[in-house]
Amino acid sequence: MNLLQQVKTLVYKDIVLEWRSKYAINGILLYVVSTVFVCYQAFKSVDTLVWNALFWIILLFASINAISRSFVQESPYRQLYYYTIANPKAVILAKIIYNTLVMILLSIIAFTSYSITFNTPIGDPTLYLVAVLLGSMSFASVFTMVSGISAKTGNNSTIMAVLSFPVIIPLLIVLIKLSQNAMNGLDRAISTGEILVLLAINVITIAISLLLFPYLWRD
Amino acid sequence: MRKSWWKILALILVGGTIVAGLLGPVPSLFLLHETIRNVYFHVPMWASMVILYFISVIYSIKYLGSGKTEHDLIAVEAVNTGIMFCFMGLLTGMLWANITWGEPWPNDPKLNGSAIATLMYLAYLVLRNALEEEQKRAKISAIYNIFAFPIMIVLIYILPKLTDSLHPGSGGNGTFGDLDMNNNMRPIFYSAVIGWTLIGVWIATLRYRLRLIENKKNQID
Repeated sequence: MNLLQQVKTLVYKDIVLEWRSKYAINGILLYVVSTVFVCYQAFKSVDTLVWNALFWIILLFASINAISRSFVQESPYRQLYYYTIANPKAVILAKIIYNTLVMILLSIIAFTSYSITFNTPIGDPTLYLVAVLLGSMSFASVFTMVSGISAKTGNNSTIMAVLSFPVIIPLLIVLIKLSQNAMNGLDRAISTGEILVLLAINVITIAISLLLFPYLWRD
Repeated sequence: MRKSWWKILALILVGGTIVAGLLGPVPSLFLLHETIRNVYFHVPMWASMVILYFISVIYSIKYLGSGKTEHDLIAVEAVNTGIMFCFMGLLTGMLWANITWGEPWPNDPKLNGSAIATLMYLAYLVLRNALEEEQKRAKISAIYNIFAFPIMIVLIYILPKLTDSLHPGSGGNGTFGDLDMNNNMRPIFYSAVIGWTLIGVWIATLRYRLRLIENKKNQID
């Protein structure tokens, strides 16, 4: 099998595994919705600046929870089996693609429930949706690699947070700026710079992940 | 003597720039006045930090290729020394900011970026402590090191240029080199950068050799 086919099969495998139990996805969706509701109860109504920041914080913690398990949910023996039949590049690429799909689903549900409860007018909804999609893609690409690293170190959750927060902050700054532009309904030409920076960071992280993952899995 | 010429050069350069930096003539500028002398001490810290981190990344890449313990030791000691320079850079910067901007830590992308980059390299050290087995520790921390370096560059040099920043050289401000430094300052500045970088490399090599001796002592023959 060539790389593309392997990736396709592995993504399909991940989706089927998830669909069979539906445990992880339902848990994480419930997590998002209840966090949104807790925030709603605590804040009642907020101005646009806080609204935007709060949304990204909720999404950040939900995505850490969702992605940190991506390399530990299957047993090490089964992982070993995958590595014997598939290219390590295909394994990491499949994980990134699967996590991106999960994150898109997650962020759309978070966004819907969030905007229904808080009901704040958005100046440019299409651009905001683009920001959310780019954000879920970036979270997936960065956290997948970091979760691969932290999976190797036993005590998972602390290391995951310590390693991933500094790495995600530059992305988060650009994302918050882009979505704030969308909230204020500014002209789209202003935001092209941010979109390009996000895409560039994504390309760089995915390229580095592809280069480094073959060294990571070999024990 | 043949091997230690660069150490003597480092001492002469750093000693000379401390004297010339504190006593030499500087242009009297609006707002900056004598604080422009900080450019001799603050900027070289960051320059040597980036060079040390770069050395560390090179040896991390080499480690992944070769699997030699020595390469891993050089990588970690370069980061350790780099973190020391980073803290000195933060301190000299805060000293200057307190006088020029009125507070030691204004909310500025360049400052926050450098703080986050520091956190990232401290996380690298935490990651090393979390792993017990030596080869696994070397490999996984090398991977994180390579992963973190481009993000550090983005944080310190690229993001502040895109947004509004108080710091010279970012957010549309000119650097001191373009605007404020006159030709008396330039040679002192460049020799300070070279001198402090050499001192940093020297400290890193000393630490590396200490590690080698420790390793040898712990070995069972």
